[in-house]
Amino acid sequence: MSESATPPPAAPSTRTAAASPAGPASPAGPASPAAPATPALTPTEGAESGQDQSEVFRGVSESAGPAGGPEAAAGPGAAAGSSTVGRGTVKGIATRSVPAFVAGDELADLADADLRIVVMTADLASANRLADFAARHPGRFFDLGIAEKNMITAAAGLASTGLIPFVGTFASFAALLGFEQIRTDCAYPGMPVRILAHHSGMSLGYYGTSHHALEDLAAMRAVADLTVACAADGNQLRAMLRASLAVPGAVYLRLGRGRDPEVYPSVPADFAFGRSVRLREGADATIIATGSQVHPALAAADLLAAEDCRVRVVDMHTIKPLDANAVLAAASETGCVVTVEEHSVIGGLGSAVAEVLVDHRVAVPFRRHGIADEYVLIGPPAALYAHYRLDPVGIAAVVKEARAELG
Amino acid sequence: MTRQAAATDLGRLADRALFIRLETLRLARIAGAGHYSSTFSAAELLAALYYHQLRIDPARPDWPDRDRFVLSKGHAAIGLYPVLADLGYFDPALLDGYTRLGSPFGDHPDMRKITGIDFSSGSLGHGLSVGVGMALGGRVQGRDFRVYVMVGDGELAEGQIWEAIMAASHFRLGSLVCIVDRNQLCIDGPTEQVMAVEPLDQRFAAFGWRVTRIDGHDLGAILAAFDDLAPPGRGAPQVIVADTIKGKGVRRMELDLNWHVGNLGPDDYEAVRAELMEGSHR
Repeated sequence: MSESATPPPAAPSTRTAAASPAGPASPAGPASPAAPATPALTPTEGAESGQDQSEVFRGVSESAGPAGGPEAAAGPGAAAGSSTVGRGTVKGIATRSVPAFVAGDELADLADADLRIVVMTADLASANRLADFAARHPGRFFDLGIAEKNMITAAAGLASTGLIPFVGTFASFAALLGFEQIRTDCAYPGMPVRILAHHSGMSLGYYGTSHHALEDLAAMRAVADLTVACAADGNQLRAMLRASLAVPGAVYLRLGRGRDPEVYPSVPADFAFGRSVRLREGADATIIATGSQVHPALAAADLLAAEDCRVRVVDMHTIKPLDANAVLAAASETGCVVTVEEHSVIGGLGSAVAEVLVDHRVAVPFRRHGIADEYVLIGPPAALYAHYRLDPVGIAAVVKEARAELG
Repeated sequence: MTRQAAATDLGRLADRALFIRLETLRLARIAGAGHYSSTFSAAELLAALYYHQLRIDPARPDWPDRDRFVLSKGHAAIGLYPVLADLGYFDPALLDGYTRLGSPFGDHPDMRKITGIDFSSGSLGHGLSVGVGMALGGRVQGRDFRVYVMVGDGELAEGQIWEAIMAASHFRLGSLVCIVDRNQLCIDGPTEQVMAVEPLDQRFAAFGWRVTRIDGHDLGAILAAFDDLAPPGRGAPQVIVADTIKGKGVRRMELDLNWHVGNLGPDDYEAVRAELMEGSHR
């Protein structure tokens, strides 16, 4: 086995520029939430250029401005509308810009029938669209302010009274800042807290390492009595939220940046934690992907199919408990396994799959594809994905490298 | 309550405080060491809570409307276990295996293993956040229980505590009662030398809390502070700052840094036991 995270030798600046025709990010960037928000790109534009991260704090910046802010003059791709949420002080952002952030909407629907559901966030109700829940169930929504540790532990306290709290914040702050609270206060006492860890991986792009979570799966996977899963898109997230209601202990749900392109055309009815999904059949190799990397993995399989290489694609949405049978079947039936994740190659999906293979003495060409043991460059998300070969072209190249070992 | 009845009640509570101290000695001997002094400072507070104040029913440990108690200073669990056993939450004989391999009873309380523990604790600075969540849970469900959280003074240096203090007043959690066991010492020395916590009254008040400060070994004062609590509901959260003496009741342990965790030899054990028994009759 070998790591494939290190990009081919090329000057970072060259690769970044090549991957991002629009040029480097505006130096103004996200540093000033109070700066006038630029019009939101449509999801497709944003996903392709990767330049626009303005959705993250848009709601906050608008709340600081006068009423009838930028979204009032809705241009192409701009906010489709706004809603006043919470206590009427924070304006929502356009749901169109973060179509995969369906948790607020889905939980509001579920909460109509399930009185146990409460929702909490740490000053990110607009960014993560949990404001959609607040608007419909204000008495069961709590914004704890920028105090993630208190929020996670308080969620555990809420859970101890019979409720099911869903707690949303950036993955970096949920899993890394709040690690001990998740371990000691949620998982260890068996509290049914659901952590919605959004903007995971390096999806916050040029916000930089403080806002990246490339270690969260490694940390969360080591916690006993914790279910760990990654949503590939909004429809799968809805299925996960529904299924989570029956999980007795704590759950860590890893979400992307809300613009994740659609993998599942509808909410998968047969979703179950711990049961992976074979999205594409093929006999020449298997890509096992999770979360944000499922969609590019499918696109990589398309590229490879054009070269007559038929690749199985498995959505390993649940990192813990891992679907070991799917791993072993991939190895025995396709003879080559590549894991793909927006995470460090240490401790995440790749490590989990490697453990299964080694435990069963299975030796096949294998690549753990992800981010090497390093901090990633500054750059907009799409440029970073291309640079670190987590885009379709890069993933396809890694598969070909692995298959080359077959001789 | 008549004066005589009140006196009887105080005598009964003093007896239970002695019971807590004696059981702490016994369990620490089983384990080979124990948090004597942190438990001795809280003995009267624990006795007053469990034998007088808390709305609980040991026959229904999961009663949704029961008052909650969170021992944020989880290292005093050695004094809480005997109380729960005494009240009938579990067989007191189980405590004979305290800290032994596979025992439900460790140095810090585990709610999944011990009936009557409302929340697991041990990592300092977390308990008040748990209490905030419990109080919010009561509000969401329209229940009128109170949530009592006992924190040590040393753990007030944890930042998360102040997040919780801020949130409690923001959400107007009048059902939340924080009790500070102000026993003056943390492990490395007096709190005011290691990391100053005073003026506690002013700090809590500045965060929007209703503050009462009492002698935490004066059972009459403790009950009076409980009687003075505002009814649970929307309102200022309430804190009882209980000035106590770490190691209270055993002269060699009082305000002595060496007894945060300690172990008594056989001779000392009997001497300390005798001192506690004698002190209780003074």
